[in-house]
Amino acid sequence: MGSGSSPCASCKLLRRRCAKDCIFAPYFPPDDPHKFAIVHKVFGASNVSKMLQELPIHQRADAVSSLVYEANARMRDPVYGCVGAISYLQNQVSQLQMQLAVAQAEILCIQMQQQGPDQLPAATHPSMMDCDVKSLLLSGNNTSDFGDQMPQFLSYTSSSNNVIQDPLKRESLWT
Amino acid sequence: MYRFHKLDKMTSTRCAVCKYFRRRCPPDCIFAPYFLNDNPQRFICVHRFYGASNIGKMLEEMPVQLRADAVDSLYYEAKCRIQDPVYGCVGIITSLHRQIQIAQSQLAKAQAEISFLDANFVGFEPTPSLSESLVQQNGFEQGLDDPFSTWFY
Repeated sequence: MGSGSSPCASCKLLRRRCAKDCIFAPYFPPDDPHKFAIVHKVFGASNVSKMLQELPIHQRADAVSSLVYEANARMRDPVYGCVGAISYLQNQVSQLQMQLAVAQAEILCIQMQQQGPDQLPAATHPSMMDCDVKSLLLSGNNTSDFGDQMPQFLSYTSSSNNVIQDPLKRESLWT
Repeated sequence: MYRFHKLDKMTSTRCAVCKYFRRRCPPDCIFAPYFLNDNPQRFICVHRFYGASNIGKMLEEMPVQLRADAVDSLYYEAKCRIQDPVYGCVGIITSLHRQIQIAQSQLAKAQAEISFLDANFVGFEPTPSLSESLVQQNGFEQGLDDPFSTWFY
């Protein structure tokens, strides 16, 4: 029966005897019944048990935490769950990338204006002499380096960003 | 001949779920629009983590027009969990948070550099930079208000 005489939250909810080697007991203490209730509602006790059995013991606590997180997200947003959070954060990353690109282009502009035309590198295109941020961005001076590190998941929260494809429509992800 | 014909008709119109459970697929099967029989892996993947009855209950509790997106998101989360059995899609959320922190730090440094260059450029009238005005417009200051940041930490 876990660590004490009272059954763990899962055995309490499932109304069964809490065995000494109960797989749930270390992660669902009796003083937090809501934690197991929400995981059971979304995933089901037997599925959670199977998932935990497939993992080494030292990874089970983190797995339970992530399952609780996902279950909470799904309860909060029954349609999109965690995917809604990913979309929101992906949108933030894109916005910050854009701002960083603008800032870096602006730095380049200022540096070019400060240096003057005779001190520019030989490879500088003549069109860069009349510097403005927009032309630098369009010429591909975006030096941000983390845009390609994560797959572009979702764009349903941002209709203005045409770089991220809507993964709900992408064949490779969703079918 | 009639018996085989009837069997063919039943098996060819069953959805992936009913095919998996070897049962008749009724005309109003709740799974049929979202688990087509030409993609059995989709249901197997979702069933592995959520179970068919939980999926059915979830779909019953939401309007019809939202069910397709719900199934797609369940499938996405299930695939993430297959790839990362410990963290699932929460690993992706953690990674995105880290990316946001790095990007905010880089942006702050770039803006500080712009301010420095503006201040040291003789004869240049410092004006709010384009990047600063974008920050004000979009609200992405340091300490971003993220409703999901406190869940897991």
